[in-house]
Amino acid sequence: MTIAATHPYIEALLKGSRELPQSAAGWLNARRAQALERANALTVPTTRDEEWRFTDITPLTRLHFQPAQVAARVALSDIGRFIVPEAAVRLVFVDGIFAPELSAVSDVPAGVQASTLAEGAKAHGALIEQHLARHAAFEHNLFAALNTAYLRDGALVTVVKNQAYAAPVHVLFVATQKEIAAYPRCLVIAETGAECMVIEDFVSLEDGAYFNNAVTEIVVGADARVRHVRLQRESLNAFHIAHCAVALDKDASYLSNTVTLGARISRYDLNVEQNGEGAAMKIDGLALISGRQLADTHTLMSHARPNGRSAQLHKTIVGGAAHAVFNGKVFVHEGAQLTDSSQQNRNLLLSGRAHVDAKPQLEIFADDVKCSHGATVGQLDAEQLFYLKSRGLSDATARNLLTYAFGAEIIDRIPVRSLVERLEQTVLEQTQAAEPGARA
Amino acid sequence: MINANAKKLLEVRGLKATVAGVEILKGINLTVRAGEVHAVMGPNGSGKSTFAKALAGHPAYTVTGGEVLLEGKDLFALSPEERARAGVFLGFQYPVEIPGVSNSGFLRLSYNTVQSVRGRDELDPLEFDDFVREKMKLLDMDPGFLDRSVNDGFSGGEKKRNEILQMALLEPKLAILDETDSGLDIDALRVVANGVNGLLKPDNAVVLVTHYQRLLNYIVPDYVHVMEGGRIIKTGGKELALELETRGYDWVVDGYKKSAVTA
Repeated sequence: MTIAATHPYIEALLKGSRELPQSAAGWLNARRAQALERANALTVPTTRDEEWRFTDITPLTRLHFQPAQVAARVALSDIGRFIVPEAAVRLVFVDGIFAPELSAVSDVPAGVQASTLAEGAKAHGALIEQHLARHAAFEHNLFAALNTAYLRDGALVTVVKNQAYAAPVHVLFVATQKEIAAYPRCLVIAETGAECMVIEDFVSLEDGAYFNNAVTEIVVGADARVRHVRLQRESLNAFHIAHCAVALDKDASYLSNTVTLGARISRYDLNVEQNGEGAAMKIDGLALISGRQLADTHTLMSHARPNGRSAQLHKTIVGGAAHAVFNGKVFVHEGAQLTDSSQQNRNLLLSGRAHVDAKPQLEIFADDVKCSHGATVGQLDAEQLFYLKSRGLSDATARNLLTYAFGAEIIDRIPVRSLVERLEQTVLEQTQAAEPGARA
Repeated sequence: MINANAKKLLEVRGLKATVAGVEILKGINLTVRAGEVHAVMGPNGSGKSTFAKALAGHPAYTVTGGEVLLEGKDLFALSPEERARAGVFLGFQYPVEIPGVSNSGFLRLSYNTVQSVRGRDELDPLEFDDFVREKMKLLDMDPGFLDRSVNDGFSGGEKKRNEILQMALLEPKLAILDETDSGLDIDALRVVANGVNGLLKPDNAVVLVTHYQRLLNYIVPDYVHVMEGGRIIKTGGKELALELETRGYDWVVDGYKKSAVTA
């Protein structure tokens, strides 16, 4: 591969990908080559692109990032505060490189594979080939193309037919160095009737600027059920761009809880495709940002078959001069009759300089469906405030409590106790730190 | 219980208030002494709820005239939270739902805030749990309501019980219960009324704002006031409520108009 990219910035980002060793799997080399070709052909999105209208990533393009050459030394104690005791499996990637000494696998029943892609390829090569880089389309998505061009390893979770695995698999991506670009990759496959829970967790030991460009693919077989918890708690100077593609077979369920706290600029695209009749998706999200942060969430709930159900509650709490973006598209294809979809987007502005762009989009091509959506942007509810104050709570305490509650409603839905407690503590600290004077 | 020498808890003199620029209260006079139960009755739109909310400091109501003294001190100099701490309690007609705030956490925060202002001991979560469960028994309330969000998804009766539970915890000097009987079936009404009766003491007082006489079968008032057009136009004893029940409000209103003409 010696084709130069049309865009010098993309060219610089791609430099390292040409030095990657070839994989033993020919199909993977071919897919990487395709992705590289697409990355070369695409341009960096700007606010002139409809999909990036509200999100200016110019600050990202002013910095140069390269993949880590060597794994940084990280001790288990460094990541102690991120460990989820409920998880039997922990896969840790440091600056994009798998860290076996920090990872832990115990008590995994037969039929469950939770490992690196490289390790999983030994037993599940054909399955991986069938799905990896097949669902997260990169033809028109520069960042997915970049990630795929760099695809060498990642996390793999597979559960065989009719096997239910309740304990969460914790995939922890740790950033430790500035100016590093990492390309986290995750593939989850639940076969017919299988169940599992995956926690994708992006954390940082470094407060400098680095770039995480992540891609996740989740395949949910017929009657299978996947819970996907996603925590983005990057450094406040980091850039985080991620794409998640979910494919649902007949009567499959996908449940997602996304919490966005970190990064200077973050963008998360979640595309859920209902490819089988009767499949259901429940998507909850919370972005809690302040200072000069920008958090953009784009979701697509696409119903291609009848009897699908989707429910979404996305909330943002925006303080300081931060900027939240929500673009939630519900697409009901022709023939997807009896689709039942609801979407709610609620945004809480804590300061006069906080900003939110909310864009719910319904596109319906079937005539017998039930679809509702709503978006609100506002401040705290005056009746709730008065109620709390009439019980003796001070104005500041009442405001903090309501702000906390606004976020806690989403966090409470995460079925992992230790995460709920830690995240609620974070929300409590962050909402109490917000400037009260700016709220009037 | 009327005791003419009891301390004046509340003195309302010529109170006027507006909502969105419209005058709703047009000069209310009312004195409540310790130990007394007052019922404020009246047709819909007479200003009863406005009166209750104005006393508690609801921001939608602007006081434009008159004065209100709580134990001799200017009530309107206090913020809503200061009024609550000083012993004013408003039982809401429509208790507000607050998803995401646990009822137990809220009750404890409220209780401890008021306790600390009054120089009394605060309770830690375990101590408070025991304490609040005892109070809940008096109201025949399922302890499961502690684990839910404040009023979130509660039925009408459950919300009203939760209000009286808060009254029991905060031990107000002056409780103003706004349409506490609305939305209650007869069993729930009896439980809530018994709860209120159990909280009546010689040093506190209750003002019941109600449209119907029904509640007054269970909580017997010392005084019944009829409100109309933003004023109290008639005051009597508990028998006045029974008369209103059988004859309606029109005769009181007509009588007031005639006396106003001849005056």
